[in-house]
Amino acid sequence: MRRRVFMKAGALSLVTMGLSPSFLRRSAYAMARGPAGKGRVLVCLFQRCAADALNVLVPFGERAYYQARPGIAVPAPKAGAANVALDLDGFFGLHPSMAPLVPLYQRGLLAPVAAVGSPSNTRSHFDAQDYMETATPDVKGTTSGWLNRYLAAKGTCEECLVNGKPSAFRAVALTAQTPRILEGPAATVAMDGLDAFALRASNPDAAARIEALYRTGQADVVHASGNEMFEAMKMLRAANPQQYAPRNGAQYPAGPFAQKLRQIAQLIRADVGLELAFADVGGWDTHVNQGGATGQLANRLDEFAKAIAAFVQDLGDKMGDVTVLTMSEFGRTVRQNGNGGTDHGHATTMFVIGDGLKGGKVHGRWPGLAPELLYEGRDLALTTDFRAVFAEVASRRLGATALDAVFPGFNTSSAGWLGIA
Amino acid sequence: MAALPRDLTEDQQALQVLNRLAFGPRPGDVAAVRAVGVDRWIEQQLQPESMADTSAARTEAAFALLAGSPAELMERSPPPAIVARQMQRAGDVPTMDDSARYREMQRTQGQMVAQLQASRVARAVGTERQLEAVMTEFWLNHFNVFIQKGPTMRHYLASYERDVIRPHVFGRFRDLLGAVAHSPAMMIYLDNAQSMADSTHLTQLEMRARPNALGRPAPRRRAGLNENYGRELLELHTLGVDGGYTQQDVINVARAFTGWTVDQPAKGGPFLFRPGMHDADAKQVLGQLLPPGRGIEDGEEVLDIVSDHPATARFIVRKLAVRLVSDSPSEALVARAITTWRRTHGDLREVVRTLVLSPEFFARTAWRAKVKTPFEVVVSAARAMGAPVDTTPRSAAAVAQLGQPLWGHMAPNGWPDQARDWMNTGAILNRINFGFAVGANRLPGASTTNWAVAREIAQSPRAAQVDRVVLELLGGDVSPDTREILNTGAHPLGDAAAQQASAPAPRADTTVMNANANVSVNADPMPMRNGTAPPRPAAGPVGRAGAQLFRALPPLSGLPQIVALAIGSPEFQRR
Repeated sequence: MRRRVFMKAGALSLVTMGLSPSFLRRSAYAMARGPAGKGRVLVCLFQRCAADALNVLVPFGERAYYQARPGIAVPAPKAGAANVALDLDGFFGLHPSMAPLVPLYQRGLLAPVAAVGSPSNTRSHFDAQDYMETATPDVKGTTSGWLNRYLAAKGTCEECLVNGKPSAFRAVALTAQTPRILEGPAATVAMDGLDAFALRASNPDAAARIEALYRTGQADVVHASGNEMFEAMKMLRAANPQQYAPRNGAQYPAGPFAQKLRQIAQLIRADVGLELAFADVGGWDTHVNQGGATGQLANRLDEFAKAIAAFVQDLGDKMGDVTVLTMSEFGRTVRQNGNGGTDHGHATTMFVIGDGLKGGKVHGRWPGLAPELLYEGRDLALTTDFRAVFAEVASRRLGATALDAVFPGFNTSSAGWLGIA
Repeated sequence: MAALPRDLTEDQQALQVLNRLAFGPRPGDVAAVRAVGVDRWIEQQLQPESMADTSAARTEAAFALLAGSPAELMERSPPPAIVARQMQRAGDVPTMDDSARYREMQRTQGQMVAQLQASRVARAVGTERQLEAVMTEFWLNHFNVFIQKGPTMRHYLASYERDVIRPHVFGRFRDLLGAVAHSPAMMIYLDNAQSMADSTHLTQLEMRARPNALGRPAPRRRAGLNENYGRELLELHTLGVDGGYTQQDVINVARAFTGWTVDQPAKGGPFLFRPGMHDADAKQVLGQLLPPGRGIEDGEEVLDIVSDHPATARFIVRKLAVRLVSDSPSEALVARAITTWRRTHGDLREVVRTLVLSPEFFARTAWRAKVKTPFEVVVSAARAMGAPVDTTPRSAAAVAQLGQPLWGHMAPNGWPDQARDWMNTGAILNRINFGFAVGANRLPGASTTNWAVAREIAQSPRAAQVDRVVLELLGGDVSPDTREILNTGAHPLGDAAAQQASAPAPRADTTVMNANANVSVNADPMPMRNGTAPPRPAAGPVGRAGAQLFRALPPLSGLPQIVALAIGSPEFQRR
């Protein structure tokens, strides 16, 4: 890290001195935008249907928080007490179910972002997820997701090419169908699980014949896709990601979300050219009986936090090249409703996780929860556009340069960034 | 019409119409088309109202949850979310009985979604009015709506297909466009139902109350305009993105449609124009002035303007040519069909006739020029296997598994229709596995033993079986290599490669993944996914049905293997 910083400063100073032959200009630009290259992986995790940000990242320093949520607030930290918020900085705490993430925060790997989200005022899950995945709030017609535009804009580093082409596993969604966020021209693969990328015929004869049908014949898009598929299948078989048992004592909890993270770790270890992975997890739409320190939301957060902690532990020192980004389409109402739950709100919380980030600090300006400070009189106000976080991570952490193409209509200048990466 | 030169042989012409103007041939269809004559068959298909269609009637009877008006559906199967909200408002404390009733209501909603998806596959497989079904699918996709847009959308969709789209596919474009603009489904999907005059403009009611108010009174604050429908009407429904309109046109079109809303959607109510929401100030749209003081006429006039616009003729004609002829239709063909459009004022029957009776349609360059969508793969496989109509959710689940969940396209642009959009590694793998699944009798109704063709060739030598399967499933047209591979298993990779290719993956770690694991494709825009509430309300029953498709397929040999390979082959992916 130290050397990188030095080079960045060095190249820039050459420019300012007027010594800027084009190759130096290029490298200065690249450096200013951050390092790129093999092994940089972004893992996006979508909490679908609006996680209750205020009970995830608990503002226990706010009286208004406790006044608005008499039945479901998470109690403030107290030495020796169980089922209380886990103090991060004297004002914010993590939900007690997220205890596995506290060490990451202490080690500087975990950067929570408060009061972040989409500027759109929609409270529709459908619209808000659409906007977060296309990264074009209030614009419906966007045909591509921002992660796909990121892939297209970023290009593939030379060392990442497989037989001169981007790896078939460059971008993988562990979902049954390609998510909106990955829609677009760059090739991606969506699969429920690693063992799904296989021929289902259980006899070698049938498998060999179908491959031969695609290996012969004309050079058209159908045959070409077939050839690529069989190459990818061979590659996956040779790399055999499933051989990698969790390392460093990592223990993934049961549950589909944790298993997806485990498989993403296996793909990273198997070195199949993965640059982007996506998984989603539902169960956050807690309109009724969401609970406080324990209960429904606590149970969801338990798997969520354990899975992420296991993933980080599993990858160990690889976390310098891996960035985890969590998101949810909006937050929930500040006040609890008549059913011990919360309704659709506005600003939310994100987590950015990786080694070398400016973690160990809650990022984002806190707007406060006093009634007069609330968005439309009911919700946590927004102080950071989610695209500022996406853009900073894509640029500083992953080396993307053409940010305007990834986030059309958004001012991507670093002036609006939080300094997370 | 004078006979124009055609490249294709008579058999190929019959196959061409069956693959493009129908969802693929059933056993015996090629002979049947030849017996009637290709041109006369086309003519019959262009006049669906004069064709008996017993299959479609039977299909409708099988999907009882979809029968009736949206209001009747809402009465019969109310959305649980709305019932719960009503209870909450009434201050009722839910009981155990209520919980059970709630779960039952959720189950019914899932079944309704499953029937909405299944009925589209069933109709495409079974109806005699094949071209009408092809065009209905085309226009449902052109005027895409999304099933998870709110809890009331699903109640409107059966009617959207049956009453809004299908009756107009061979009518004038203006009438189709008008029916869509008057449909609750589209008004809800593109948010026009909530769009109203903003605070700087007078509504029609305010103007009526103060007929001489030319100055600006301070009208009460209003939520204001929603541009969503206005924009997509121009960009996707009519002129196309390069159609020469401005942002100001989008705003003014949206203003013209303020007040086009839905009367009590929670009760499945109909379209309603509300003068109290309508911006009645003057506005200019595509260079034409809409005078002040009017109501619903504003929107109607916009529909007239955009229907008559030359950019619309070009945009729609070209899209039809891409669906029916090839991914890159010739400029000459498009120009001729535009001429027809102009001459007939957008008569869709005549425009389609021009396209499909063209030499380009029967040209060698159009032969197998289109890659099938997942819907077309599944439906054409069912038809080729002579499968009866499937009234279970399983065939529709197969379509979803291949990457095209019906009613499940979220963005308003609909599914893509070109080869590059549907072909990639994940897609090919799914299609190959789908072939294996059909060989293993997993597609409902498609049985390799009950197949009429199978009964004739069950005892024949492999070579004869291959010839017949190639004829029935691949139009008799494959390369010698393909025939050889199907016949003998000899292939360029050699035996060692074959063994390697099919060896199961070594597995140190035996974590068992989802049984319904499947791979899906990145076809430009996206499939349905978690929308309004966990667990997925729309995909629920279909997801479970889909799980069985690829699960633990048996070894395939003999005739079932030949069928599986044919359906998974590159040739079957084209039409």
